[in-house]
Amino acid sequence: MEGPNHARRFVTLWLIASAIATPLVVLLLGPALPPGKASEQASGQVADNTVLIGMSTPVLLLVVLYLLYAVIYFRQPRGAVLEGPGVRGDSRVQTTWLVVTVALVLALAAYGTVRLYADRGAGSGSGPAPLTKPSGAKLPVQVIAQQWYFTYRYPTHGGVETPHLVLPVDQTVELHVTSIDVIHSFWAYQLGVKADANPQVDNIAYVKPTKVGSFEVRCAELCGIWHGEMFDRGQVMTREGFETWIHQQQVNFAPATKVLPPYGRTYLPEPKRRGE
Amino acid sequence: MAVSAAVAVLGTLIGLYVSLWAKNFPRTVAALAAPPTGGANLTLETVAAVGKKLSPQHPEWVSYLVKSNGRWIRSTVFKVPAYSVVHVTLYQFDTPTGLRNPFLSQVQGTVGGTATLDGKAFRSIEPEEASHTFAVPELGVFVPLAGVPEEAKNQCEEGPCELTSAHRTITFSFRTGARGRYRWQCFVPCAAGWLLGNGGPMQTLGYMDGFIDVV
Repeated sequence: MEGPNHARRFVTLWLIASAIATPLVVLLLGPALPPGKASEQASGQVADNTVLIGMSTPVLLLVVLYLLYAVIYFRQPRGAVLEGPGVRGDSRVQTTWLVVTVALVLALAAYGTVRLYADRGAGSGSGPAPLTKPSGAKLPVQVIAQQWYFTYRYPTHGGVETPHLVLPVDQTVELHVTSIDVIHSFWAYQLGVKADANPQVDNIAYVKPTKVGSFEVRCAELCGIWHGEMFDRGQVMTREGFETWIHQQQVNFAPATKVLPPYGRTYLPEPKRRGE
Repeated sequence: MAVSAAVAVLGTLIGLYVSLWAKNFPRTVAALAAPPTGGANLTLETVAAVGKKLSPQHPEWVSYLVKSNGRWIRSTVFKVPAYSVVHVTLYQFDTPTGLRNPFLSQVQGTVGGTATLDGKAFRSIEPEEASHTFAVPELGVFVPLAGVPEEAKNQCEEGPCELTSAHRTITFSFRTGARGRYRWQCFVPCAAGWLLGNGGPMQTLGYMDGFIDVV
Protein backbone atom coordinates (compact mmCIF):
# COMPACT_ATOMS: atom_id res chain seq x y z
CA MET A 1 0.00 0.00 0.00
CA GLU A 2 1.35 3.37 -1.02
CA GLY A 3 1.97 5.88 1.79
CA PRO A 4 0.76 9.48 1.81
CA ASN A 5 2.44 12.15 -0.30
CA HIS A 6 4.26 13.89 2.52
CA ALA A 7 5.66 16.66 0.36
CA ARG A 8 2.25 17.71 -0.97
CA ARG A 9 0.63 17.39 2.45
CA PHE A 10 3.34 19.42 4.18
CA VAL A 11 3.38 22.19 1.58
CA THR A 12 -0.41 22.46 1.76
CA LEU A 13 -0.28 22.63 5.54
CA TRP A 14 2.43 25.28 5.42
CA LEU A 15 0.59 27.40 2.84
CA ILE A 16 -2.61 27.35 4.86
CA ALA A 17 -0.78 28.18 8.10
CA SER A 18 1.12 31.02 6.42
CA ALA A 19 -2.03 32.40 4.83
CA ILE A 20 -3.68 32.55 8.24
CA ALA A 21 -0.73 33.59 10.41
CA THR A 22 0.92 36.24 8.23
CA PRO A 23 -2.04 38.66 8.06
CA LEU A 24 -2.69 38.10 11.77
CA VAL A 25 0.91 38.91 12.67
CA VAL A 26 0.97 41.96 10.40
CA LEU A 27 -2.36 43.33 11.57
CA LEU A 28 -2.13 42.51 15.29
CA LEU A 29 1.59 42.68 16.05
CA GLY A 30 2.63 45.26 13.45
CA PRO A 31 1.13 48.35 15.14
CA ALA A 32 2.82 47.42 18.43
CA LEU A 33 6.31 47.12 16.96
CA PRO A 34 9.05 49.55 18.03
CA PRO A 35 9.88 52.40 18.03
CA GLY A 36 6.34 53.79 17.89
CA LYS A 37 4.99 56.62 15.80
CA ALA A 38 6.36 59.79 17.37
CA SER A 39 7.95 60.94 14.12
CA GLU A 40 7.74 60.26 10.40
CA GLN A 41 11.00 58.31 10.64
CA ALA A 42 9.78 56.23 13.58
CA SER A 43 6.54 55.45 11.73
CA GLY A 44 8.59 54.40 8.71
CA GLN A 45 10.61 52.07 10.92
CA VAL A 46 7.42 50.53 12.30
CA ALA A 47 6.30 49.91 8.68
CA ASP A 48 9.72 48.40 7.85
CA ASN A 49 9.63 46.16 10.92
CA THR A 50 6.13 45.07 9.93
CA VAL A 51 7.31 44.13 6.44
CA LEU A 52 10.24 42.20 7.91
CA ILE A 53 8.11 40.31 10.38
CA GLY A 54 5.50 39.67 7.65
CA MET A 55 8.14 38.17 5.38
CA SER A 56 9.79 36.15 8.13
CA THR A 57 6.54 34.61 9.40
CA PRO A 58 6.25 32.02 6.55
CA VAL A 59 9.96 31.21 6.97
CA LEU A 60 9.52 30.64 10.69
CA LEU A 61 6.42 28.52 10.04
CA LEU A 62 8.31 26.47 7.45
CA VAL A 63 10.99 25.56 9.99
CA VAL A 64 8.68 24.97 12.94
CA LEU A 65 6.03 23.03 10.99
CA TYR A 66 8.66 20.88 9.29
CA LEU A 67 10.09 19.99 12.69
CA LEU A 68 6.66 19.15 14.09
CA TYR A 69 5.67 17.21 10.98
CA ALA A 70 8.86 15.15 11.16
CA VAL A 71 8.41 14.47 14.86
CA ILE A 72 4.84 13.29 14.35
CA TYR A 73 5.03 11.32 11.09
CA PHE A 74 8.56 10.00 11.05
CA ARG A 75 8.75 8.95 14.68
CA GLN A 76 10.53 5.64 15.22
CA PRO A 77 8.10 3.06 16.68
CA ARG A 78 8.70 2.28 20.33
CA GLY A 79 11.23 -0.54 20.72
CA ALA A 80 12.09 -0.69 17.04
CA VAL A 81 15.57 -0.11 15.72
CA LEU A 82 15.12 0.77 12.09
CA GLU A 83 17.57 1.78 9.46
CA GLY A 84 16.40 4.99 7.83
CA PRO A 85 15.85 5.13 4.10
CA GLY A 86 18.72 6.28 1.96
CA VAL A 87 18.54 10.00 1.33
CA ARG A 88 19.72 11.35 -1.98
CA GLY A 89 19.89 14.91 -3.13
CA ASP A 90 16.75 16.31 -4.72
CA SER A 91 17.65 18.97 -7.25
CA ARG A 92 14.09 20.35 -7.28
CA VAL A 93 14.13 20.96 -3.54
CA GLN A 94 17.64 22.38 -3.61
CA THR A 95 16.84 24.69 -6.52
CA THR A 96 13.62 25.86 -4.95
CA TRP A 97 15.39 26.54 -1.66
CA LEU A 98 18.20 28.51 -3.33
CA VAL A 99 15.84 30.51 -5.56
CA VAL A 100 13.45 31.37 -2.76
CA THR A 101 16.11 32.39 -0.23
CA VAL A 102 18.06 34.42 -2.80
CA ALA A 103 14.85 36.12 -3.90
CA LEU A 104 13.96 36.91 -0.31
CA VAL A 105 17.36 38.37 0.53
CA LEU A 106 17.54 40.40 -2.68
CA ALA A 107 13.99 41.65 -2.21
CA LEU A 108 14.80 42.78 1.30
CA ALA A 109 18.03 44.44 0.15
CA ALA A 110 16.13 46.31 -2.56
CA TYR A 111 13.36 47.25 -0.14
CA GLY A 112 15.88 48.49 2.43
CA THR A 113 17.79 50.54 -0.13
CA VAL A 114 14.63 52.14 -1.49
CA ARG A 115 13.36 52.92 2.02
CA LEU A 116 16.68 54.44 3.10
CA TYR A 117 16.75 56.61 0.01
CA ALA A 118 13.09 57.58 -0.02
CA ASP A 119 13.01 58.31 3.70
CA ARG A 120 16.22 60.41 3.64
CA GLY A 121 18.25 58.05 5.76
CA ALA A 122 15.23 56.79 7.70
CA GLY A 123 16.44 58.46 10.89
CA SER A 124 20.00 57.21 10.64
CA GLY A 125 23.11 59.32 10.42
CA SER A 126 23.91 59.82 6.74
CA GLY A 127 27.33 61.41 7.06
CA PRO A 128 28.28 64.99 6.26
CA ALA A 129 26.78 64.90 2.74
CA PRO A 130 23.52 62.90 2.71
CA LEU A 131 22.49 61.46 -0.65
CA THR A 132 18.97 62.80 -0.31
CA LYS A 133 17.58 65.71 1.66
CA PRO A 134 14.01 66.49 2.59
CA SER A 135 12.49 69.41 0.75
CA GLY A 136 11.23 72.51 2.51
CA ALA A 137 12.43 74.41 5.55
CA LYS A 138 14.55 72.55 8.05
CA LEU A 139 15.50 73.46 11.59
CA PRO A 140 19.21 72.76 12.12
CA VAL A 141 20.12 71.46 15.57
CA GLN A 142 23.62 70.39 16.50
CA VAL A 143 24.04 67.48 18.88
CA ILE A 144 27.34 67.71 20.76
CA ALA A 145 28.46 64.60 22.60
CA GLN A 146 31.17 64.50 25.21
CA GLN A 147 32.13 62.17 28.01
CA TRP A 148 29.41 61.89 29.43
CA TYR A 149 26.78 64.34 28.39
CA PHE A 150 24.88 65.59 25.36
CA THR A 151 24.31 69.27 24.71
CA TYR A 152 22.45 70.86 21.80
CA ARG A 153 23.15 73.95 19.75
CA TYR A 154 20.60 75.90 17.73
CA PRO A 155 22.50 77.88 15.05
CA THR A 156 19.42 79.70 13.76
CA HIS A 157 18.59 80.95 17.25
CA GLY A 158 21.71 82.88 18.05
CA GLY A 159 23.85 79.75 18.36
CA VAL A 160 22.53 79.13 21.86
CA GLU A 161 23.58 75.83 23.45
CA THR A 162 21.17 74.02 25.74
CA PRO A 163 21.37 71.07 28.13
CA HIS A 164 18.18 69.47 26.81
CA LEU A 165 16.84 68.70 23.34
CA VAL A 166 13.53 70.34 22.51
CA LEU A 167 12.00 70.19 19.03
CA PRO A 168 8.89 71.71 17.44
CA VAL A 169 6.19 69.35 16.22
CA ASP A 170 5.56 68.90 12.48
CA GLN A 171 8.87 70.55 11.58
CA THR A 172 11.65 68.78 9.73
CA VAL A 173 14.79 68.90 11.85
CA GLU A 174 18.30 68.53 10.48
CA LEU A 175 20.39 67.03 13.27
CA HIS A 176 24.13 67.59 13.01
CA VAL A 177 25.65 65.00 15.32
CA THR A 178 29.26 65.32 16.42
CA SER A 179 31.55 64.66 19.38
CA ILE A 180 34.23 66.70 21.07
CA ASP A 181 36.16 63.77 22.49
CA VAL A 182 35.68 60.04 21.85
CA ILE A 183 33.08 58.21 19.76
CA HIS A 184 29.51 58.23 21.02
CA SER A 185 26.16 57.48 19.40
CA PHE A 186 23.10 59.70 19.64
CA TRP A 187 19.96 57.62 20.01
CA ALA A 188 16.56 59.31 20.32
CA TYR A 189 14.63 56.07 20.57
CA GLN A 190 11.01 57.15 20.24
CA LEU A 191 11.90 59.51 17.38
CA GLY A 192 13.59 56.70 15.47
CA VAL A 193 16.90 58.55 15.26
CA LYS A 194 20.27 56.92 15.74
CA ALA A 195 23.45 58.53 14.53
CA ASP A 196 27.11 58.01 15.37
CA ALA A 197 28.71 60.94 17.16
CA ASN A 198 32.33 60.94 16.04
CA PRO A 199 34.94 63.62 16.67
CA GLN A 200 35.51 65.88 13.67
CA VAL A 201 32.59 64.37 11.77
CA ASP A 202 29.32 66.18 11.04
CA ASN A 203 26.88 63.30 10.86
CA ILE A 204 23.53 64.50 9.53
CA ALA A 205 20.21 62.84 10.35
CA TYR A 206 16.71 64.05 9.56
CA VAL A 207 13.66 63.74 11.74
CA LYS A 208 10.16 65.16 11.64
CA PRO A 209 8.38 64.76 14.99
CA THR A 210 4.66 64.28 14.59
CA LYS A 211 3.48 64.10 18.18
CA VAL A 212 3.87 66.42 21.15
CA GLY A 213 5.46 64.58 24.07
CA SER A 214 8.72 63.40 25.53
CA PHE A 215 11.35 61.03 24.21
CA GLU A 216 14.47 59.36 25.55
CA VAL A 217 17.96 60.25 24.50
CA ARG A 218 20.73 57.73 25.16
CA CYS A 219 24.28 57.11 24.12
CA ALA A 220 24.46 53.86 22.15
CA GLU A 221 28.24 53.54 21.92
CA LEU A 222 30.25 52.31 24.87
CA CYS A 223 32.20 55.44 25.77
CA GLY A 224 33.61 55.03 29.26
CA ILE A 225 32.67 54.68 32.89
CA TRP A 226 29.50 56.79 32.74
CA HIS A 227 28.24 55.55 29.36
CA GLY A 228 25.21 54.04 31.08
CA GLU A 229 24.42 57.39 32.70
CA MET A 230 24.55 59.31 29.45
CA PHE A 231 20.83 59.79 29.03
CA ASP A 232 18.27 62.55 29.05
CA ARG A 233 14.64 63.22 28.22
CA GLY A 234 13.84 65.43 25.26
CA GLN A 235 10.58 67.19 24.44
CA VAL A 236 8.53 67.76 21.33
CA MET A 237 6.51 70.94 21.75
CA THR A 238 4.02 72.93 19.76
CA ARG A 239 5.66 75.56 17.58
CA GLU A 240 4.51 78.31 19.92
CA GLY A 241 5.81 76.39 22.93
CA PHE A 242 9.13 75.86 21.19
CA GLU A 243 9.52 79.55 20.36
CA THR A 244 8.84 80.48 23.99
CA TRP A 245 11.27 77.82 25.21
CA ILE A 246 14.11 78.77 22.87
CA HIS A 247 13.72 82.44 23.76
CA GLN A 248 13.98 81.52 27.44
CA GLN A 249 17.11 79.49 26.73
CA GLN A 250 18.69 82.45 24.96
CA VAL A 251 18.09 84.55 28.06
CA ASN A 252 19.16 81.87 30.56
CA PHE A 253 22.35 80.92 28.76
CA ALA A 254 23.44 84.36 27.58
CA PRO A 255 26.66 84.22 29.67
CA ALA A 256 27.65 80.85 28.19
CA THR A 257 26.66 81.85 24.65
CA LYS A 258 29.12 84.76 24.80
CA VAL A 259 32.09 82.43 25.27
CA LEU A 260 31.03 79.70 22.83
CA PRO A 261 33.12 79.32 19.68
CA PRO A 262 31.47 80.39 16.40
CA TYR A 263 29.07 77.73 15.18
CA GLY A 264 30.98 75.13 13.21
CA ARG A 265 30.22 71.74 11.74
CA THR A 266 32.68 70.10 14.15
CA TYR A 267 34.82 71.08 17.08
CA LEU A 268 37.90 69.51 18.59
CA PRO A 269 38.89 72.21 21.00
CA GLU A 270 41.92 72.48 23.22
CA PRO A 271 42.97 71.08 25.55
CA LYS A 272 43.32 67.70 23.89
CA ARG A 273 45.50 66.64 26.74
CA ARG A 274 46.24 68.26 30.07
CA GLY A 275 49.34 70.40 29.99
CA GLU A 276 49.25 70.96 26.21
CA MET B 1 41.74 15.73 42.04
CA ALA B 2 43.28 18.07 39.48
CA VAL B 3 39.83 19.40 38.56
CA SER B 4 39.04 20.07 42.22
CA ALA B 5 42.31 21.91 42.67
CA ALA B 6 41.70 23.98 39.54
CA VAL B 7 38.19 24.86 40.73
CA ALA B 8 39.53 25.81 44.17
CA VAL B 9 42.22 28.04 42.65
CA LEU B 10 39.74 29.64 40.28
CA GLY B 11 37.27 30.20 43.13
CA THR B 12 39.96 31.79 45.26
CA LEU B 13 41.01 34.10 42.45
CA ILE B 14 37.41 35.14 41.79
CA GLY B 15 36.89 35.71 45.53
CA LEU B 16 40.04 37.85 45.68
CA TYR B 17 38.93 39.86 42.67
CA VAL B 18 35.49 40.50 44.17
CA SER B 19 36.92 41.45 47.56
CA LEU B 20 39.44 43.82 45.97
CA TRP B 21 36.67 45.38 43.92
CA ALA B 22 34.48 45.77 47.00
CA LYS B 23 37.33 47.28 49.00
CA ASN B 24 38.09 49.75 46.22
CA PHE B 25 34.57 51.15 46.15
CA PRO B 26 34.81 54.46 47.97
CA ARG B 27 33.14 54.58 51.35
CA THR B 28 30.06 56.76 51.61
CA VAL B 29 30.49 60.06 53.43
CA ALA B 30 27.39 61.69 54.87
CA ALA B 31 27.03 65.43 54.51
CA LEU B 32 26.81 67.22 57.87
CA ALA B 33 23.46 68.57 58.94
CA ALA B 34 23.24 72.34 58.79
CA PRO B 35 20.73 73.12 61.57
CA PRO B 36 20.34 76.94 61.40
CA THR B 37 19.72 76.98 57.66
CA GLY B 38 18.48 73.44 57.25
CA GLY B 39 19.78 71.02 54.68
CA ALA B 40 23.32 69.73 54.78
CA ASN B 41 26.91 70.91 54.45
CA LEU B 42 29.45 69.27 52.22
CA THR B 43 33.09 70.37 52.35
CA LEU B 44 35.31 69.31 49.46
CA GLU B 45 38.71 70.05 48.03
CA THR B 46 40.36 69.33 44.71
CA VAL B 47 44.04 68.55 44.49
CA ALA B 48 46.35 68.21 41.49
CA ALA B 49 48.03 65.13 42.99
CA VAL B 50 46.28 63.11 45.64
CA GLY B 51 49.48 61.89 47.29
CA LYS B 52 50.74 58.55 48.63
CA LYS B 53 48.94 58.88 51.93
CA LEU B 54 45.48 58.84 50.35
CA SER B 55 46.22 56.87 47.21
CA PRO B 56 49.31 54.66 47.41
CA GLN B 57 48.58 53.13 44.01
CA HIS B 58 48.12 56.40 42.15
CA PRO B 59 49.64 59.22 44.19
CA GLU B 60 49.99 61.45 41.14
CA TRP B 61 46.33 61.35 40.16
CA VAL B 62 44.14 64.42 40.36
CA SER B 63 41.35 64.00 42.88
CA TYR B 64 38.49 65.35 44.90
CA LEU B 65 38.70 64.92 48.68
CA VAL B 66 35.92 65.26 51.21
CA LYS B 67 36.09 66.39 54.81
CA SER B 68 34.80 63.83 57.28
CA ASN B 69 35.18 64.11 61.04
CA GLY B 70 37.73 66.87 60.63
CA ARG B 71 39.94 64.87 58.25
CA TRP B 72 40.32 64.93 54.49
CA ILE B 73 39.56 61.54 53.01
CA ARG B 74 39.47 60.27 49.45
CA SER B 75 35.88 59.43 48.69
CA THR B 76 33.46 60.56 46.01
CA VAL B 77 30.28 58.97 47.33
CA PHE B 78 28.29 61.49 49.33
CA LYS B 79 25.05 60.98 51.24
CA VAL B 80 22.68 63.94 51.37
CA PRO B 81 19.04 64.32 52.48
CA ALA B 82 16.17 64.30 49.97
CA TYR B 83 14.19 67.46 49.24
CA SER B 84 16.68 69.69 50.97
CA VAL B 85 19.37 72.23 50.24
CA VAL B 86 22.98 71.07 50.15
CA HIS B 87 25.54 73.79 50.88
CA VAL B 88 28.88 73.03 49.28
CA THR B 89 32.16 74.66 50.23
CA LEU B 90 34.95 73.71 47.88
CA TYR B 91 38.63 74.54 48.23
CA GLN B 92 40.35 74.43 44.87
CA PHE B 93 44.11 73.81 44.91
CA ASP B 94 44.64 72.85 41.28
CA THR B 95 45.69 75.04 38.35
CA PRO B 96 43.52 75.62 35.24
CA THR B 97 43.24 73.09 32.43
CA GLY B 98 40.30 74.62 30.56
CA LEU B 99 36.91 73.35 29.50
CA ARG B 100 36.59 71.49 26.25
CA ASN B 101 32.95 72.58 26.06
CA PRO B 102 32.76 76.29 27.03
CA PHE B 103 29.01 75.92 27.59
CA LEU B 104 29.82 74.39 30.97
CA SER B 105 31.55 77.58 32.11
CA GLN B 106 28.17 78.88 33.26
CA VAL B 107 26.79 78.02 36.68
CA GLN B 108 23.58 76.01 36.34
CA GLY B 109 21.12 74.49 38.73
CA THR B 110 22.31 76.12 41.93
CA VAL B 111 20.15 78.14 44.29
CA GLY B 112 19.91 81.57 42.67
CA GLY B 113 21.79 80.34 39.61
CA THR B 114 25.06 81.58 41.08
CA ALA B 115 28.06 80.47 43.12
CA THR B 116 30.75 82.45 44.90
CA LEU B 117 34.45 82.55 44.09
CA ASP B 118 36.63 83.85 46.91
CA GLY B 119 33.56 85.55 48.37
CA LYS B 120 32.26 87.12 45.15
CA ALA B 121 29.15 85.87 43.40
CA PHE B 122 29.56 84.75 39.80
CA ARG B 123 27.43 83.23 37.04
CA SER B 124 30.21 82.11 34.75
CA ILE B 125 33.97 82.05 34.38
CA GLU B 126 36.29 82.18 31.41
CA PRO B 127 36.33 78.61 30.01
CA GLU B 128 40.13 78.45 29.97
CA GLU B 129 40.25 79.35 33.68
CA ALA B 130 38.39 76.21 34.70
CA SER B 131 40.37 73.69 36.65
CA HIS B 132 37.46 71.34 37.32
CA THR B 133 33.68 71.28 37.47
CA PHE B 134 31.32 69.89 40.05
CA ALA B 135 28.41 68.60 38.01
CA VAL B 136 25.40 66.43 38.76
CA PRO B 137 23.78 66.20 35.31
CA GLU B 138 20.58 64.51 36.43
CA LEU B 139 19.97 67.28 38.97
CA GLY B 140 20.95 69.94 36.41
CA VAL B 141 23.81 71.15 38.62
CA PHE B 142 26.95 72.45 36.89
CA VAL B 143 29.51 74.58 38.70
CA PRO B 144 32.80 75.53 37.02
CA LEU B 145 35.72 75.74 39.43
CA ALA B 146 38.31 78.38 38.63
CA GLY B 147 41.89 77.26 39.05
CA VAL B 148 44.74 78.66 41.09
CA PRO B 149 46.87 80.83 38.77
CA GLU B 150 49.90 79.01 37.39
CA GLU B 151 52.21 81.69 38.78
CA ALA B 152 50.75 81.55 42.31
CA LYS B 153 53.29 80.98 45.05
CA ASN B 154 53.06 78.32 47.72
CA GLN B 155 51.17 75.83 45.61
CA CYS B 156 50.17 72.55 47.21
CA GLU B 157 52.32 69.68 45.94
CA GLU B 158 50.10 66.79 46.98
CA GLY B 159 46.95 66.10 48.92
CA PRO B 160 45.57 66.55 51.41
CA CYS B 161 46.16 70.26 51.01
CA GLU B 162 45.83 72.75 53.82
CA LEU B 163 44.39 76.23 53.50
CA THR B 164 47.84 77.72 54.00
CA SER B 165 48.57 76.72 50.37
CA ALA B 166 47.38 78.80 47.41
CA HIS B 167 43.74 78.03 46.76
CA ARG B 168 40.38 79.35 45.55
CA THR B 169 37.25 79.03 47.64
CA ILE B 170 34.01 78.26 45.85
CA THR B 171 30.64 78.00 47.56
CA PHE B 172 27.23 77.15 46.20
CA SER B 173 24.00 75.46 47.20
CA PHE B 174 21.74 73.13 45.30
CA ARG B 175 18.42 71.48 46.00
CA THR B 176 18.00 67.74 46.05
CA GLY B 177 14.84 66.03 44.91
CA ALA B 178 13.59 62.51 45.24
CA ARG B 179 15.66 59.72 46.74
CA GLY B 180 18.05 58.02 44.42
CA ARG B 181 21.63 57.64 43.37
CA TYR B 182 22.90 60.37 41.09
CA ARG B 183 26.30 60.35 39.44
CA TRP B 184 28.46 63.42 39.56
CA GLN B 185 31.59 64.13 37.60
CA CYS B 186 34.22 66.64 36.51
CA PHE B 187 33.86 67.85 32.93
CA VAL B 188 37.33 69.34 32.60
CA PRO B 189 39.74 66.96 30.84
CA CYS B 190 42.04 67.17 33.84
CA ALA B 191 43.65 63.73 33.93
CA ALA B 192 47.29 64.45 33.19
CA GLY B 193 48.98 62.04 30.83
CA TRP B 194 45.81 60.60 29.33
CA LEU B 195 44.66 61.17 25.78
CA LEU B 196 41.81 63.70 25.80
CA GLY B 197 42.39 64.06 29.55
CA ASN B 198 39.57 61.69 30.37
CA GLY B 199 41.29 58.48 31.47
CA GLY B 200 42.65 57.28 34.80
CA PRO B 201 41.21 59.40 37.61
CA MET B 202 38.35 60.56 35.37
CA GLN B 203 37.18 56.99 34.91
CA THR B 204 37.89 55.55 38.33
CA LEU B 205 35.47 55.97 41.18
CA GLY B 206 36.99 57.79 44.10
CA TYR B 207 38.90 60.47 42.23
CA MET B 208 37.09 62.83 39.85
CA ASP B 209 33.63 61.33 39.83
CA GLY B 210 31.25 59.44 42.04
CA PHE B 211 27.72 59.31 43.34
CA ILE B 212 25.44 61.48 45.37
CA ASP B 213 23.13 59.27 47.37
CA VAL B 214 19.97 61.21 48.10
CA VAL B 215 18.29 59.50 51.04
